[in-house]
Amino acid sequence: MGKRVGVVGVGQTHHAAHRLDASGVELIAEAVTRALDDAQVTLDDIDAIVIGNMDHFENINYVDMWATDGLGSCMKPVFKVTTGGTTGTTVGAAAYYTAASGMFDVVMGVGWEKNSESDTQAAIATCANPVLERDPFAGAIGPLATEYSMYMKAYGATEEDAAIAAARDRNNALNNPYAHNRMHVTVEDVMNSPMLSYPVKFLDMCPRSDGSCAVIFATEEKAKKLAPQPAWIHASVVRHDYTHFGDLEWQWMPTLERATLQAYKLAGITNPLKELDVAELYLPCSTCAVKWMDSFWFCDRGQAPKLIRSGATHMDGILPINPSGGVVATNPIGATALIRVGEAAWQIMGRAGDRQVPGVKKAIATGFGGCSWSDVFILGADLP
Amino acid sequence: MAGWKDEVEEIVFPGKICVPYSWTVGSTLSKWYVQLRDDGEIWANRCPSCGRVYVPPKIKCIECYKDMNEWVKLPGTGTVETYTVVNYHEPSLHPKKPPFVYGVIKMDGADTGLVHLIDGVAPEKVKVGMRVKAVLAKERDGHITDIKHFKPIA
Repeated sequence: MGKRVGVVGVGQTHHAAHRLDASGVELIAEAVTRALDDAQVTLDDIDAIVIGNMDHFENINYVDMWATDGLGSCMKPVFKVTTGGTTGTTVGAAAYYTAASGMFDVVMGVGWEKNSESDTQAAIATCANPVLERDPFAGAIGPLATEYSMYMKAYGATEEDAAIAAARDRNNALNNPYAHNRMHVTVEDVMNSPMLSYPVKFLDMCPRSDGSCAVIFATEEKAKKLAPQPAWIHASVVRHDYTHFGDLEWQWMPTLERATLQAYKLAGITNPLKELDVAELYLPCSTCAVKWMDSFWFCDRGQAPKLIRSGATHMDGILPINPSGGVVATNPIGATALIRVGEAAWQIMGRAGDRQVPGVKKAIATGFGGCSWSDVFILGADLP
Repeated sequence: MAGWKDEVEEIVFPGKICVPYSWTVGSTLSKWYVQLRDDGEIWANRCPSCGRVYVPPKIKCIECYKDMNEWVKLPGTGTVETYTVVNYHEPSLHPKKPPFVYGVIKMDGADTGLVHLIDGVAPEKVKVGMRVKAVLAKERDGHITDIKHFKPIA
């Protein structure tokens, strides 16, 4: 077990489809400056930096090299991390591990992406194995559509269940000034939006955004000095399993089941639906917002439609999911999962503004990517 | 290992990744490019804390992480800090046919070097320490090639 670590500051850009006013480096600077202000520290207090994105979205390699002026990394230890959609949470995990190691006291994690600079689907396709599956199965939408049609058949989930979750997250985004898409959406609107890839419709799916997020982690002694209420890290778990799309278990999510199970064990959680106060989940599509509830252990296998229909995961429910609007509202890919950690931290710290859930003591934040990889954070108001 | 090449039928798939890209210049460099394009001037920005003058301009001072809001106009002259004469042909990468010269120009009034082409002189006559000035393109569109090259000050 490493040192105890807490989040002491979070910063993020105002996210948009096209931030043509700012270069990638300027987006990074915007998030870093806001995180330093949030923590009331300067770069002199930062002992190490972890940064992540996916080079194929911008076609500029080595952000750790060329973003030095925006990142503030001159003459500091800086590490670059890239793990697909999970990049943001892997940045967070790497920053947390770096602080928990005891070798660095204050570590800043930065995720960013400027998805307006390329064709996101074409760039994602370059991740797929070119010898076997790039032609028939690449991209983000198809695989997510495929897993939900199987779940629908197995458990009687419907397209409307996904639409309920899409409307939930999209309407939550109205309370988040940083969110990319902020619009009132009804279940009917989602159902009537164009079909992208059965059963996924336009308003079920995440956008691709320009944006950046920075989260500052500090070891216990420092964190207590820097923040009146640090968001303590109770667990950070990473699980990857992908080798080939055909190898995956499509009916549930083994990486998510294993990662959450381990995280709950580390955090002493036995009934996550009741014991967690808020969830910021990397749900790239509202079909995942139904199907994956089983793998979060929020309900028995196959009971996700009932859970979503009950309203338990809406803002006034027992476990509000994605008060920020989540990924269907905002998706600067390399930053997306770190935004989940930052939003969960702000919920613990009481700094979530109009999207604050009252009295948050325990929060979960996750990353998804790969395909079908899962990173899980549990954060708490009390020391672990 | 003898005969290892015979054990595998070598299949190699050709591929060409074709993804369109665009790059946002951003607030700091767009100001620099507009000044170059519209006024034919090379500007730099100065750190309000340490006074370091950067060309091309920086978003933040790399040493102090201060906002760089002070702009200074440079005279467009400088000194060759270092250079090379390129003699090989790389058509997909190089802006002109060999032989040509590029190097780092330490701009007068700035503390940093600008990477650019050196022309208007026989390659063998280029020297470190040579005084040069920027030659601008007549038709400028807000690009680094709006500076055609640096040439020796006669």
